[in-house]
Amino acid sequence: MDMDSDVILKMQNICKTFPGVVALENINFDLRRGEVHILLGENGAGKSTLVKILSGAYQKTSGDILFENKEIEIKNPGHAQDLGIAIIYQELNLVSHLSAAENILLGREPLHVPGIINRSRLYRSTQKILDGLQVQISSRSLVKELGVAEQQMVEVAKALSLHAKILIMDEPTSALTEKEIEELFKTINRLKKSGTSIIYISHRLEELFEIGDRVTVLRDGKYVGTHNIQETTKEELIRKMVDRELTEQFPKRRIERGEEVLRVENLKIDDKLSNINFSLHRGEVLGISGLLGSGRTELARAIFGADKIDSGKIYVKGVQQNIKSPRNSINLGIGLLTEDRKSQGLILDLSLKDNVCLPNLDQFSKFGVVSSNQENSTAAKYIDELRIKTPGLNQKVLYLSGGNQQKVVISKWLCSHADILIFDEPTRGIDVGSKVEIYQLMNQLTAHGAAIIMISSELPEILGMSDRILVMHHGEINGEFAAEEATQEKILHCALGV
Amino acid sequence: MNLKDMIHHYGRQFGTLIGLLILCTVLWILSPFFLTVSNVLNIAQQTSINAIIAVGMTFVIITAGIDLSVGSILAFSGVVLASVAKAGAPVPVAIAAGLAVGLLCGLVNGLLITYGKLPPFISTLGMMSVARGAALLYSDGRPISGFSASFRFLATGEILHIPMPVIIMILVYLIAHFVLTRTKLGRYTFAIGGNEEAALLSGVNVKFYKAAVYGISGMLSGLAAVILTARLSSAQPIAGIMYELDAIAATVIGGTSLMGGEGTIVGTLIGAFIMGVLRNGLNLLGVSSFIQQIVIGSVIIIAVLVDMALKKQSK
Repeated sequence: MDMDSDVILKMQNICKTFPGVVALENINFDLRRGEVHILLGENGAGKSTLVKILSGAYQKTSGDILFENKEIEIKNPGHAQDLGIAIIYQELNLVSHLSAAENILLGREPLHVPGIINRSRLYRSTQKILDGLQVQISSRSLVKELGVAEQQMVEVAKALSLHAKILIMDEPTSALTEKEIEELFKTINRLKKSGTSIIYISHRLEELFEIGDRVTVLRDGKYVGTHNIQETTKEELIRKMVDRELTEQFPKRRIERGEEVLRVENLKIDDKLSNINFSLHRGEVLGISGLLGSGRTELARAIFGADKIDSGKIYVKGVQQNIKSPRNSINLGIGLLTEDRKSQGLILDLSLKDNVCLPNLDQFSKFGVVSSNQENSTAAKYIDELRIKTPGLNQKVLYLSGGNQQKVVISKWLCSHADILIFDEPTRGIDVGSKVEIYQLMNQLTAHGAAIIMISSELPEILGMSDRILVMHHGEINGEFAAEEATQEKILHCALGV
Repeated sequence: MNLKDMIHHYGRQFGTLIGLLILCTVLWILSPFFLTVSNVLNIAQQTSINAIIAVGMTFVIITAGIDLSVGSILAFSGVVLASVAKAGAPVPVAIAAGLAVGLLCGLVNGLLITYGKLPPFISTLGMMSVARGAALLYSDGRPISGFSASFRFLATGEILHIPMPVIIMILVYLIAHFVLTRTKLGRYTFAIGGNEEAALLSGVNVKFYKAAVYGISGMLSGLAAVILTARLSSAQPIAGIMYELDAIAATVIGGTSLMGGEGTIVGTLIGAFIMGVLRNGLNLLGVSSFIQQIVIGSVIIIAVLVDMALKKQSK
């Protein structure tokens, strides 16, 4: 096999499947010595899966990895470390109550005799690494007392102490200030010069041109292409990220817009949301787009009363309401389909019937005693109406498919007579057939006068199902589009804050 | 629910019940006295106190909590109700006093856990010490005795030859089973333990129901105090030491998951009887109390190991 001498890593035809999902399909990727190679793609494009294969967290299903011209199998994270592949996750992996030094050499502490740590050497050797990074961090300071940027540097120092030849950074700038980003880039440039290769994952197109040498674009788990940064443009990259065949069907039916049912004025949650103003009408689907962390889910939770707001007003059906808890909002006719149905939307160990009835037990009970007959007939009704595939109403929802689980969540809110529905990622992780069924349900709901807020990371879904689209960026609404005028490019530009 | 669903739902309890029956058969073979009417009633009577406390523990553990304070609350309720009974108050008033003290202590636990956001382990550990101290302080460290016959009837009385403590236990279990399976409180107990966040987002008033569950646990400790005081004809401020462990053991042997979200009242009853039968049988066989502790501890561990293995298999 021919191989460039300055190529340190080559991944060929990498495939990764999870039960029922193809996460990566024939990905090709190579990394040269001393380069910063950007991995670019939308949420769910497969970037994280790819680097997790490199870091040993996942095993590839098929394909070859050549590291320094030798074919290798990366068995586990320890093995990856031994090979010289280090990864810094977006969520830093540090022990906050230990010092920087203890974190850097965790598990590899210098010893006097077996079991007794040589503390002076521990602090001295780690201080040398930190000084080498030209950062002002004492190796004795506790990690919890350091800022995010400094903690990141501790992670970098840890990677260096492992003599990492490849350093993977997953969204390293997402929590940093402008000035800290500048410092980080200086460090990256020094690492480059010393021959370390860096795989850099980021959404922020601006910084890619500042720091990257080459960029590889992934889309829907497939390889799109690799370019020299100098020879491409922001516009070209955006097009490559989003340009996909619209194989999914969007059976959108437009309903005439009715009266206003929800109005949000100047809503603010410190550090999370600010200046949120919008209204929602009967019969419409209001799409909310934006990157992960742009405040979409926070907005949904705030309206639903799950999180406290710091200021602002919420009007429901023309009346200003002080929503203090989910119970309040449910009573006002609001329902929330959470982004993560397994950890927030459903109680997996309870039955389908129990889940559907949970918000609605008051309807079925007298003096606190629940009528099983009414519960059963209600659950049976929704199984029938929403065509939920289940062996029975006492089936634990744990054993239902993703699409059917989602229908159970929707049943909860139909049963509570909600007419303001907030759907946060309603079709995440469910198959195409069920997606269409969910879209059809949305049509039925709006036809019956409900209003829907649909938060989604999937642009085709936003474009295909919304009547109006809000785009969020850094906790604010950065743009509003009518369905007819919106395009993937426009939305992505707006979401990236470009 | 049809029969198939029943077997599916209560399958775990059938397993525990079979364990109890095997245990009884072995003891019956080993000791001719074991299966006499008087011994069986004796076991039921001795088991009743732990069994009643374990009902509250089951509710608490289903919410993924724990209550370490039940033994101390029993002692505190005991001395208070004993002083009320001794002062000549009518029996219902004395009972009400015991239940009220238990309920109050339990609600304090509940408020510390919900509004104070303390882990249940910590707040009930604190209450374990506070209630014990309160019992000692209230009674000046001395037992309180000397009650009317009508008060003592609560332990010594019989209806249709069945001792009162057993009757009370049966009533508690019937009510608890109904509450856990048929009421909002029961449904929310499971929901909170299964997934607190999802329960909250479904509009469940999590704080209220959690506090209520600890209140129930405390109140049942108060009820156990009534029976114990009547039976011993005296209230000891040092009563109920280690009762929390017996109650947790009965609950866990009965198939309630310490992770929350799962459990049955029937299972807890069987669990309490496994503990009671084992103690009684080992006594009949003349096994030393030192060895008894080792056997009982081992049974708890084995029961949970078997349970975990079975669950893994069914997945």
